Amino acid sequence: MKRRDFLKASLGGGAALLGTGTAEARGNLEPAEDAIGMLYDSTLCIGCKACVSKCKEVNGMPPTSLGEETAWDAARDLSAETLNVIKVYSEGAGKLKDAVKDGYTFEKRSCMHCVDPGCVSVCPVTAMRRDPKTGIVTHHPDACIGCRTCMVGCPYNVPQFDYDNPFGEIHKCQMCNQAGVERIDQGEMTGCAEVCPTGATLFGSRKALMEEAKRRMTLKPGEIYNYPRGDVRNPESHHEKAVPEYQQHIWGEKEAGGTNVLHISSIPFDKLGMPPLEERSYASISETVQHTLYSYMALPAIALAGLTYVVRRNTDDEGGDDS
Amino acid sequence: MAAHDFDFSAVEKRLGVSRRTFLKFCTGVAASLGLSNNAAMAMAQAVADPKRRPPVIWLHGQECTGPSEALLRSEQPSLEHLILDLISLDYHQTLDTGAGHQVEEIKKRVMAENKGKYLLVVEGAIPTANDGIFCKIGGETMVDITNEAAEHAAAIVAFGSCASWGGVQSAAPNPTGAVGAPQLLAGKTVVTIPGCPPNPANFIGTVLYFVTYGKLPPIDEKGRPKWAYGRLIHENCYRRPHFDAGRFAKEFGDEGHRKGWCLYKLGCKGPETYNNCPSLEFNNVGGGVWPIGIGHPCFGCSEGGVGFNKPLFSLADVKTHTPPNMFPGIDEREDTTGISAGAAAIAGAAVGLAVGATAMASKKLEGKESDGE
Amino acid sequence: MSAYQPLKRPLVTLPFLVLTVIALIGTYYLAQRFIHGMGIVTNLNGGYAWGVWVVYDVVVGTALACGGYALAITVYVMNKGKYHPLMRTALLASLLGYGLGGVGAMIDMGRYWQFYNIFTPWHMNFNSVMLEVGLCVATYILVLCIEFAPTLLERFGAKGLVKALNKVLFIFIALGVLLPTMHQSSLGSMLIAMGWKVHPLWQSLHLQPLLAILTALTMGFAVVVFEASFSSVGFRRPSETPLLAGLGKGIVGLIAAYLLFRFGEILINGKFGLIFAGDLGSLMFLLETALFVFPLLVLSSAKYRGQGSLLLWASVSMLFAGSLYRFNAFLITYDPGAGYSYFPSTPEIMVTAGMVALEIMIFLIVVKKFPVLHDAKHA
Repeated sequence: MKRRDFLKASLGGGAALLGTGTAEARGNLEPAEDAIGMLYDSTLCIGCKACVSKCKEVNGMPPTSLGEETAWDAARDLSAETLNVIKVYSEGAGKLKDAVKDGYTFEKRSCMHCVDPGCVSVCPVTAMRRDPKTGIVTHHPDACIGCRTCMVGCPYNVPQFDYDNPFGEIHKCQMCNQAGVERIDQGEMTGCAEVCPTGATLFGSRKALMEEAKRRMTLKPGEIYNYPRGDVRNPESHHEKAVPEYQQHIWGEKEAGGTNVLHISSIPFDKLGMPPLEERSYASISETVQHTLYSYMALPAIALAGLTYVVRRNTDDEGGDDS
Repeated sequence: MAAHDFDFSAVEKRLGVSRRTFLKFCTGVAASLGLSNNAAMAMAQAVADPKRRPPVIWLHGQECTGPSEALLRSEQPSLEHLILDLISLDYHQTLDTGAGHQVEEIKKRVMAENKGKYLLVVEGAIPTANDGIFCKIGGETMVDITNEAAEHAAAIVAFGSCASWGGVQSAAPNPTGAVGAPQLLAGKTVVTIPGCPPNPANFIGTVLYFVTYGKLPPIDEKGRPKWAYGRLIHENCYRRPHFDAGRFAKEFGDEGHRKGWCLYKLGCKGPETYNNCPSLEFNNVGGGVWPIGIGHPCFGCSEGGVGFNKPLFSLADVKTHTPPNMFPGIDEREDTTGISAGAAAIAGAAVGLAVGATAMASKKLEGKESDGE
Repeated sequence: MSAYQPLKRPLVTLPFLVLTVIALIGTYYLAQRFIHGMGIVTNLNGGYAWGVWVVYDVVVGTALACGGYALAITVYVMNKGKYHPLMRTALLASLLGYGLGGVGAMIDMGRYWQFYNIFTPWHMNFNSVMLEVGLCVATYILVLCIEFAPTLLERFGAKGLVKALNKVLFIFIALGVLLPTMHQSSLGSMLIAMGWKVHPLWQSLHLQPLLAILTALTMGFAVVVFEASFSSVGFRRPSETPLLAGLGKGIVGLIAAYLLFRFGEILINGKFGLIFAGDLGSLMFLLETALFVFPLLVLSSAKYRGQGSLLLWASVSMLFAGSLYRFNAFLITYDPGAGYSYFPSTPEIMVTAGMVALEIMIFLIVVKKFPVLHDAKHA
C-alpha cells in the first residue's frame, strides 16, 4: 500500500519529466552576431613565436624556462603562464613544410573561444562568461572558487590553474580584452594577430574570417594568393604566396557548436592534436539533461511532496519511530 | 715541421709582408675555416713554398666582373700580394696585361703543361641557348671554353652567383639560357662560392685549403664549402632577437626600422639564404656595413632560386627550424608527473587492507555463525 | 525509549593510535598544500584537473556515505521498520562520509576563500551540474546533522528538544531522501560535459544520472551491510546477518537494473567491441562488471545470502564495483589527450588517507560516547 504511494509519486515525477523534457531541450548556442575571432592558417606559420612572446608581454607573464641553462621561453604547452603556444607536427624526416608524410607544420594552441563553451556551461559560479557582444569567453577570478570544473569541461584543455601558487587562479586567453588590457574595446586587435609577420594568425569578425577561410578552401594549390595580415576586414598589408594544398576542413565551423577561433591547415586536424568532437556540444547535452530534471525545480518539488507525505505516514504510526 | 724550424725570411721577402702579419693572416683564414692552429701553420708553409703554387686558369662568362672586383678591393693586409703570389695566376681575362691571341696561347700552353694540376676558376654564367653564341671569346663560345678548361682541371671553383647557379642572367625569362658551371659541367665536382658579389674571404679560404691539403674542403649538395655556407644568415643575424620577439620594421623609415628591428616583414631573405655575412659582413668592408647592417633586407643574392628570382619584398620561407628543434610536439605537455613507486605501493596497500580486513571479518563471522548453530 | 546505547569500550586502542598517526601525516601535507599551493603536494596538471581528492573524497566518498540514504528509503519510504535499528549507525557514517566529501571539496578548491560564492544567487549558474551538486551536498550535510541530532541530544538528556524535533523530523527525512537522489545522479551528469575525455564505455550521456543513482544506492546498501558486519565483529556484538540478508535481497534488483541499462546503452550505441579491446578501458570494464556480477550471484541465492561471510564479501565486492565505476569514469580511463598522465602522489594519497583515518576515528569516538549502536537486547 505504501509502496503504491511511492510509485504514484514517482510516476507523477516521470510525467513532469516528460512534460518538461521537450520544452527544455536545448541545441547548440548560435554564434554572437558580431562575434570577433581569429583565423589560424598553419600553412602560413613560420614558427617565429612572435605571437607567443607578444602574448606574454600583453598578459604580463614570465617566460617558461626549461631549466637553468635555457635563457629563452620554452613553454611546452598551455599553462598558467602560457596562454598561447606554437607546437610542431613532425612526421618521419620532418623536412617538408605542410606535408603529411616526412613533413612538418606548426600549430597554435590557445583558447578557441567556443560558440557554445563547455567551461561557461559547467562553471557553478559564473566565473566563465561568454561576452554577449564579442563572443569572447572571459574569466572572472573574483567569482571563481577554483573547483576547476572548467578545465575538465573544456574539450581543448584550455583553462589552466596555477597549482604552484597557494592563491592561484585560472588562466586563459581572453583575446586581449580583459580588464586593464581591453585591446578589442579600444579598437585594436589581439596581440598575437598584430605581431604575426605572415598573417598566419589573422584577426577579424567571425563572419569575415569564415568567409576568408572558405575562400582559401577554393584556391588552387600552387596559384599565387595575396594573403592579408592583421585585421581581415582592414588588412594592414598583404603578401603574395603560393597556395598550399589545404585540407577541406575549417576547424571551428561546426565542431561542438563551432568556435570563434578558426584553424585551417594542410594536415588533418586529428594529427594536429584536435579532439574528436561532433557537431553537438557536450554543454548542450548536459544542460538538456539538467534542465529536464530540474526545470523550475518542478520535479524535485513534486518528489519532495510525495516523499514528505509517505514518510509522514510511515513515521506517524507510532510516535515517530519503531513501527 | 713546427713553426720555429721554418724559415720565413724568403716569404717575407717574396710577399713583402712581415712574418707576424703573414702568420696572422694564415691563422685567421684557418680559424674561419674552423681549423686548428696546426692547420694554420701547415697553410703558412704551403703558401710560403713557391713550388706548391698551383697554376690558375680564370674564365669570365656572362657577368659584371663583380667577384674579381670584390677580390681586388678586399682590405686584408697585402691580400692582392697573397692572392697573386700564393697562386700562379696564369690566365685571367681582366687582370692580364697581355691581350688577344698572345694570352689565349699562354692559356693553351699552361693547360697543356699542367694537365690535372691547374685550378680552374669560373666567373660568370654560361649561356647555352642558340649553341652558346651569346658569349664568345677568341671566336670560341663560353660553353666550349669552359668544357675544354674543365677537362683536365685539378679542381673547379665557380666564383660568384652567376657561375654558381646562373645569377641574374638566369632569371626569367632567361633568353640566353644562362646556367652556372655546375649545371654545365654536370658530373664534375664544382665548388661554388655564390654571392653577388661573393665574399673574397670565402674564396681565399677555399683556395688556401686546396693549396694546403691538395683537396677541396667539405661541401654541401650545392657545392658550397660548408665552413662558409653551413648556416642561414637568419641564424647568426644580430636582429634575430627582434624576430623572435615579434618586433618587425613594417616600412622603411618607420619606428621599427629606425630602431633596428627585424626586416623579415620587408622581405628579408635571411631566413632562406645560406651565407656567413652576419659574421664576416660584406666584402670585409667592416663597420657593420652589409645589407642587413645598413637596414636593407637581405636580397638572397647567393641563394639560387631566391636572389633575382623572388620579388624583393616578398616574404621568405623560413628555413631556420628543422623541427622539432626547440618546438614542443603536439602531444608535449607541461609537468606531467609519472607514477611513483611509493604512491603505487600505498594505493595498493589501501586496497589490500580493505580486502584483508574483509577476509578477517568474514572468518570471524563464519566462526560466530557456527558457534550460534 | 532508548533502544540505543553507547558502546562501553576503551577509547584509545592500538588501531586508534595507528589512525592518529595516519591522520597526522595527512595533516602535515595538508598544511603544505595551504602554504605552498596544491602543486607541491599533488600531481594534478593541465589535463587532469581532478585527482584523487575530488574523485575519492567527493565522488566515491559520498557514494560510500549513501548508507543513510539507502536505509532511509527502506525504512521510511518502503516502511520496513525492522531495519530501523541500523539507522543511527548508517546516519553517522553518512554524516561523516559527506563531511569528508565537503572537506575534501574544500581543500581541493583552488580558491577556497571564495567558496561562499556558490551560495550567492547572483553568482549561481543554473546550467551548472557542479552548482547543483555543491548546493545539494551542502544542504544534505545540514539535513544529516538534523537527522542525527536526536542521538546527540539524547546523550545530553534534552528530552524536550528531542520530542519537538521528532515532530518535524519527517520533513528532514523526506529531504534526506530527495537530496542524495538529486546530487548522486548529478555526479553522473557531471560526466556528460566532460565529453570525449570520458572513455566511451563510461560515457553514456543521457543515462549518466540514472547509472550514477543506481550505483549510489547499491553502494549505500552495501555499506550498511559492511558496517553492520564489521561492528558485529569488531565490537564483538551479536551477528545481524538475518536482518542484513533481507537488505541483500533488495540489492539484487538494483544491480540487475544497473547492468541492464549499462549493457543496453553499450549495445545500442555499438560500443560492445570496446569491452574486449584488451586495453586498459576494457580490462577495467571487465573487472568492474565482475565485481558487480559476483554480489548479484551471491545475493540472488537465499542460501548464500544467509551466510554472514558471503554476505560481507558480496557487499565489499559491491563497494569496490561502485567505487571502481566512479574511479574509472573520472580518473582511470579518463583521457584528456595524448601526453597527459596522472597518478596521485604519495602526499596526495596521504591527505586522503589521513581524512579517512580521521573519519574512522570520529566514528569510533561517537559510537563509544553516544547512543548510536542498537542495544542487542531490544532488537
